Amino acid sequence: MDRRSFIKTSGAALAGTTAPLFPLTALAADEMLIGSIHDLSGGLDIYGKPMADCMTLAIEEQNAAGGLLGKQLKLATYDPQSNMQLYAQFAQQAALKDKAAVVMGGITSASREVIRPVLDRNKTLYFYNTQYEGGVCDRNTFCTGVTPAQTVAKLVPYAMKKWGKKVYVVAADYNYGQITSQWVKKFVQENGGSIASIDFFPLDVTNFGPTISKIEAAKPDMIVSALVGGAHISFYRQWAAAGLTKKIPLASTTFAGGNEHIVLSAAETDGFLISYNYFQNLDTPENKAFKERFYKRFGKDYPNITELAMGTYQGFKLWAEGVKKAGSLDRMKVIAALESGISVNGPSGKVTLDPETHHCVLNVSIAEVKNQQLNIVETFLQQKPTDTSAVCNLKKNPNDNQQYVIKA
Amino acid sequence: MDLAVIVVIQVLYAVASLVIISAGLAVIFGMMKVINLAHGEFMMLGAYSVIGAIKLGINLWVAMLLVAPVAVGLIGVVLERLIIRRLYGRMVDTMLATWGLSLLLVGIVTSIAGNTTAGVSAPLGSFSVGAYSVSGYTLVIIAVAVVLALAIRWVLLRTPWGLIARGTMQKPDMANALGISPSRVYSVTFAVGAALSGLAGGLLAPLTGVVPTMGAAFVAKAFITVIGGGPAILAGLVGASALFGAINQLATFVTTPVFGEVALLVAAIVMLRLLPQGITGRFFKGSL
Repeated sequence: MDRRSFIKTSGAALAGTTAPLFPLTALAADEMLIGSIHDLSGGLDIYGKPMADCMTLAIEEQNAAGGLLGKQLKLATYDPQSNMQLYAQFAQQAALKDKAAVVMGGITSASREVIRPVLDRNKTLYFYNTQYEGGVCDRNTFCTGVTPAQTVAKLVPYAMKKWGKKVYVVAADYNYGQITSQWVKKFVQENGGSIASIDFFPLDVTNFGPTISKIEAAKPDMIVSALVGGAHISFYRQWAAAGLTKKIPLASTTFAGGNEHIVLSAAETDGFLISYNYFQNLDTPENKAFKERFYKRFGKDYPNITELAMGTYQGFKLWAEGVKKAGSLDRMKVIAALESGISVNGPSGKVTLDPETHHCVLNVSIAEVKNQQLNIVETFLQQKPTDTSAVCNLKKNPNDNQQYVIKA
Repeated sequence: MDLAVIVVIQVLYAVASLVIISAGLAVIFGMMKVINLAHGEFMMLGAYSVIGAIKLGINLWVAMLLVAPVAVGLIGVVLERLIIRRLYGRMVDTMLATWGLSLLLVGIVTSIAGNTTAGVSAPLGSFSVGAYSVSGYTLVIIAVAVVLALAIRWVLLRTPWGLIARGTMQKPDMANALGISPSRVYSVTFAVGAALSGLAGGLLAPLTGVVPTMGAAFVAKAFITVIGGGPAILAGLVGASALFGAINQLATFVTTPVFGEVALLVAAIVMLRLLPQGITGRFFKGSL
């Protein structure tokens, strides 16, 4: 064909194929966009789906209450499919293409450390709402999840008092598992115990047979598990299949975050100890009201409202308070408002943002798994994020931009 | 002493699980020369059929040993008619077609069953060896692998179907001249291979989380075992499983599961360098 017809047809083809790629949804002038990056598929979807659901509920409630600053909120949900590359891509997209007012997301600490620098560079506010290993010191980032000084510091002494001093640690093999196991070691040693061994497992390992034999050989008094994700559920299965659930007790910093106690049977999980900020059967009026709204929206047979999901809900509420106080969506104004000592009364109790660390002061409870229920055994009120505040002071060093890690 | 027994049991278990995982691929790839990259997905279908059967109230053992192979075998018949039939002799094309098939199966199962990890508890309890406890299910896997290997040998050697299958794979035109329909034999053999993969998936359902993408973890190991085994189907399967399973498990005992996998892969590379035709290219030549 001649050049003219070639140019005509290729131009038409180009327009036809790329037209759908242009955002069909342009933001109306009276809307603001909230970015949500949570895994809805892959091994991490057990964590991500409840978090995304709580986000949806929070946004719908805010819109029903008249929106924020007179604008309606629009949710842009991204599913990184448990794939780190997609996290970077979606963070960039939320910041640049969607110009989100705030991005809430990231589940694993690895994904957080992928998103954080991207959103820093693109000057988009970031809320990380998952319980993690502590230490993030970044003016643009607010971490609303519990950290080891709040949970592990209470869980380890409680478990050691109940079961014994020799501890075997199994952890997921990435930054969360490695740093958390150092915190566990610190608290075990502070309480006069000893660590038999710390074993790490990549996120897709499902064969724990030799490890289970090694654990038996070490004869510990208890296990502390920081295993993460769908594949690691098979550790608990194989542990029970080897008959060890009744012989060696287990405490975990991550169990039940993905409703593992419902996926597994009661016989496989009875007696496990966990510690989080939120449990579904917390007896507060806010929690009762929240559960009513939640079940009305998502159905009565929703498995269990997880700690991570509540972290997302409370994180959103804190941000909304910050925006109301700032009276604007400008990032620095919102940060300044959030640093002025904001509190909300969440379903888990009072949640306060600590200005110096951008972490939260919140209630922490220890619970025991029994018959696929989480029964609270002890509650500690208003725990401060002492692990992060020991190393991070954003009032003194507002340009601080790193994660502090406990020395091994 | 107790530890030695435990190590032996774990090594046998690793060998047995490799045999079970690779049996289906040994039939499809070893006998029919179809590079089945959807092998992992057949296993996944077997695991999901067990989960579905349990939801319907069927006994776990019946589900694992009967429902899984039969269901995946039937799916294998359908797929063979639709896709594989046109690709005999075209090895590279079978790679592409079965790769697309695996993506399709993952997508279909994800749309039907969702992406959440499902699973069943391992049946049977545990028993003690001195100070250690071993899961009873480990012994079941070892027993099934032994029975499977013997059954494959018996069918291929001592029954008329085995003879017909082996003959047709070697010389289809001669079999045709003798009144045997090669396309029917291919169909049945592919179905048997798929059924064995389904059985493997069903047996592994209590041990690993059942997700639509679970097959990816097994495909590589199955291919390494079958190719490392060499031309003889059964002797190669057992030989390669024994070698790689033992190395994998012993390395895992000494270090961590990660290094166990690395050791298996390094052993495969070294072995293929020394014996390019696989184990039965040099040893046990001419055996089944």
